[in-house]
Amino acid sequence: MASGLTSPADRYARMRLIRGFEEQALALVKSGEIVGGIHPYIGEEAVAVGVCATLRDDDLITSTHRGHGHVLAKGADPRRMLAELFGRETGLNHGRGGSMHAADISLGILGANAIVGAAAPIAVGAAWAARRAGQGRVVATFFGDGALNQGVLLEAMNLAALWRLPVLFICENNGYATTMPISTGAAGTPAGRPAAFGIPAQTVDGMDVEAVREAAAGAVQAARAGGGPAFLECLTYRYGPHHTIELRIRLSYRSEEEIDRWRQRDPLGIQGARISVQERAKLDAEAAEILAEAVEFARSSPNPDPAGALDYLYASGLRGRDGVV
Amino acid sequence: MPKLSYAKALNKALADELERDPAVCVLGEDIGAGIAQLTLGLAKRFGTDRVTDTPISEQAFTSMATGAALCGMRPVIEFQIPSLLFLVFEQIANQAHKFSLMTGGQVKVPVTYVVPSSGSREGWAGQHSDHPYSLLAHVGVKTVVPALPSDAYGLLVSAIRDDDPTVVFAPALAMGVREDVTAELVPVPLGSARVHRLGTDVTVVAVGHLVHPALEVAGDLAGEISVEVFDPRTVYPFDWAALARSVGKTGRLVVIDDSNRSCGLGAEVLATAAEEMHLLAPPKRVTRPDGAVLPFALELDRAVQPAKDQLTAAVRAVMK
Repeated sequence: MASGLTSPADRYARMRLIRGFEEQALALVKSGEIVGGIHPYIGEEAVAVGVCATLRDDDLITSTHRGHGHVLAKGADPRRMLAELFGRETGLNHGRGGSMHAADISLGILGANAIVGAAAPIAVGAAWAARRAGQGRVVATFFGDGALNQGVLLEAMNLAALWRLPVLFICENNGYATTMPISTGAAGTPAGRPAAFGIPAQTVDGMDVEAVREAAAGAVQAARAGGGPAFLECLTYRYGPHHTIELRIRLSYRSEEEIDRWRQRDPLGIQGARISVQERAKLDAEAAEILAEAVEFARSSPNPDPAGALDYLYASGLRGRDGVV
Repeated sequence: MPKLSYAKALNKALADELERDPAVCVLGEDIGAGIAQLTLGLAKRFGTDRVTDTPISEQAFTSMATGAALCGMRPVIEFQIPSLLFLVFEQIANQAHKFSLMTGGQVKVPVTYVVPSSGSREGWAGQHSDHPYSLLAHVGVKTVVPALPSDAYGLLVSAIRDDDPTVVFAPALAMGVREDVTAELVPVPLGSARVHRLGTDVTVVAVGHLVHPALEVAGDLAGEISVEVFDPRTVYPFDWAALARSVGKTGRLVVIDDSNRSCGLGAEVLATAAEEMHLLAPPKRVTRPDGAVLPFALELDRAVQPAKDQLTAAVRAVMK
């Protein structure tokens, strides 16, 4: 079990942390302290936490452009995560990756990835290598419903099924590929795709962390035992925009009624109802404290030196020519 | 002394590295059967766990190698067709190449991509005849184009041992080359050029298979013009210091490069020479035409490839 996600209260606390992190990040994008933009995970917290609760510390994940939740659920330090969004030297990636590439290899987080569906074959390769190493590790690869129409995801499923690799394909079906409703973008069904490759699939309530966890637990156990890949479709919803640019241009492609309907099933509300009011208040306060510390840490961290802009470009240490000589 | 063929040199490099390092594995289409000759006998010798046939899923298995590399392996991928590099440009240029920087140095991606029979194979037309080494060099992926079997061996070994993604182009028109190898085959460092023939009047930079016509031209012109034949071997990172030494001696430069003219390697060599080296005459390059797509008919195919007579004319022109 991943450290820190063993009890219902732990899982509530991690979801609260992710929610608070995203709210904080949104405010910091708005104020300009975070440059660029983010793809907030608000509303989808139960998926990342439910899946990661079933993983061992040495298991691996790949993530997406909407990756903060996965990275925090797998155990990344919120201070270093926020510092990464600030582009600081103390960030997870020393400020070289930002929101869409956050990674912590020491925790098995092979990175968020900005190209839809692109991480799936990377996860397959990691699983192939992990199986050869014989340590029983599994790889969970997160992607959205938009990725269901990317060929490389289907190729990755074929390879994983063919070679019975320990890969969990986690489809976060939030109903929209950016602004395109899934009904207008995907023929067939999400679960129909793995079925074509003989990969067992389940569809679960992605707003309920315990439902996600239970479904994932069986799949992880089977994959670890050599049973091959599994596919989990988690029905979820993002309460916020696709990305922060959307807030400025005020796109309208979802009804208020629809958003309100999903808000009735807020994953924090569902899990919060399973623990006492006192404990919930305590966990909320702890999360707020961690986040306040993270903001302080990020703000006070040094900016990277422009002279090192292309540090790390080559693992071998090669330095190319400068742009002017 | 038996002659070493180019394909055998690559085969031996793969076998030696598979033998030396258990992290090395080979992935690709039809490699078990060894259809491109590089992998003949390897699956039998090292097992299909390490020499693994993949389905026709180039994009997936290219990124699969990245994932395996993130977990400590050193995969070698074989692409049967050079134009497949366009299909997997996302997986190489946008994923494998960027991981080290984007993660702030947390990972390395030691994957080698081998492209046997790159460039024209004569008669294989538009989608089997590309030679996109300039494209890889442009994005900063380490790229080698060996001309001789001994360099093919040495550069493939170095590519596999290197901690960054590296593309090895084996030109179709060099694959038939055989070489008397008297010395032991050894790794050739990435980024180091080789002068095949010394000269004093003109430096001819020749890439890959074009080294061979360049040597013929140098021979033909001997007595009239003294041509130095310079083989970069690695097109990225290019051995600029060695080129500066050669041009410093000759003061004249011609490049023969199997790239399309605009933004090709030849353009980069001329630009760098113009900026940083002292030239006695305007340099020239012999390349494929702008935006060339290789047509099928043999005479049309050859019409758009850099040719020996064009090189001879260019060498004479810079001497005027």
